[in-house]
Amino acid sequence: MPHSLVTIANLSKEKILSLLDNAACFEAQPNRRLLEGHVVATLFFEPSTRTRLSFETAVNRLAGRVIGFSDAANTSTSKGETLKDTIMMVSNYADLIVMRHHLEGAARYASEVSPVPIINAGDGANQHPSQTMLDLYSIRKTQGTLEGLDICLVGDLKYGRTVHSLIMAMRHFHPHFHFVAPPELAMPEEYKIYCRQNGISFEEHTEFDSSVINNTDILYMTRVQRERFTDLMEYERVKNVYILRADMLTNTRPNMRILHPLPRVNEIANDVDACPQAYYFQQAKNGLFVREALICDCLDIEA
Amino acid sequence: MKDKLQVAALENGTVIDHIPSELVFRIVDLLGLNNLQSSVTIGYNLQSRKIGRKGIIKVADKFFTDEEISRLSVVAPNVVLNIIRGYDVVEKKTVTMPDELHGIVRCPNPKCICNNEPMQTFFHVINKETRTLKCHYCEKELHV
Ligand SMILES: [Zn+2]
Repeated sequence: MPHSLVTIANLSKEKILSLLDNAACFEAQPNRRLLEGHVVATLFFEPSTRTRLSFETAVNRLAGRVIGFSDAANTSTSKGETLKDTIMMVSNYADLIVMRHHLEGAARYASEVSPVPIINAGDGANQHPSQTMLDLYSIRKTQGTLEGLDICLVGDLKYGRTVHSLIMAMRHFHPHFHFVAPPELAMPEEYKIYCRQNGISFEEHTEFDSSVINNTDILYMTRVQRERFTDLMEYERVKNVYILRADMLTNTRPNMRILHPLPRVNEIANDVDACPQAYYFQQAKNGLFVREALICDCLDIEA
Repeated sequence: MKDKLQVAALENGTVIDHIPSELVFRIVDLLGLNNLQSSVTIGYNLQSRKIGRKGIIKVADKFFTDEEISRLSVVAPNVVLNIIRGYDVVEKKTVTMPDELHGIVRCPNPKCICNNEPMQTFFHVINKETRTLKCHYCEKELHV
């Protein structure tokens, strides 16, 4: 079976570290002609401009060619073609398929029917492995290590797939987590069970205050989305509780950095952007180097 | 003795016993008994001390594989299969939960690819005691 990337859940510690090392090589030299003669398809059944541009830039900087679509509305999928048929058709043309789909498990299924490798660029609420890898890359780059860090996850911990994947990916590195969320968006029981089974220590908080902000190495912020709430009164009550402002950052650890999967709405105030702890724009840029590494890995190209 | 009287003697084959009455036809389906050439006798609403009213299915000249038997594990985990050779019960088999279930359980997640594409469902059995399954595609867990 071709060498696809559907989830980070089954990647070994060694594999994760070697991918991060390769990404660091691409940060040092992003423009290399490693994909010359290769065609990569980007199939975005669900639009995501940010992720698509990052993948397409990665291919272009490696001198490959890109085909694909950015929205399924004008493709044969909208005429009822099955995912399998679309994948079989595109695999006639491309050496690798990067796909995003609104249905959960779509990338797993595509990887089972496709003769060429698949990179999952997000399948509904399920997995988004390149996001997780760029989070790991950003954490390692800012802290110098992935081992034994205090990581504070803030906001929507119930539906936020990036935080769930991050917990799983960090299991190799002995983290200590702080989960900061309103009760309605608290970390689901299954991930707390996962932490206990994998020896990951964690604390839960509903207050977002200096006691958590000043005692962490990574502050990972997420969006609190209105549509997640069944009770809109509750949303009105909590929406401003988890907003980070510059005046909350005066006594942090010197190495502390703020991450966010972007786009943000209002959970990080604009005055934070100028603070030395702000790292979310650089984090997004790191996505390019990580995706260059992931693409080469799936094509078995030595980076 | 009473059970034996309700079912005519079978020379060789399998007698599936202790089926809750309402599940008899589900089991016919799961084992594909519609497509067999050999004779199949179906009884239901029979008296049972254990489960009230039960069903029973006799299949002549057919010995089910472990894979076929495991298909019953979700719907009817407590049935017993009596293997008959020369009119004697030579073995009693019970149903065990397999490690994987293909095409038997539906995923409850409407946003799962397996509910939106012409394909077989696929579950990993992650705990046989608690009967917990995990969808191979959307990774959601469910209990059966
Ligand atoms: Zn599913």
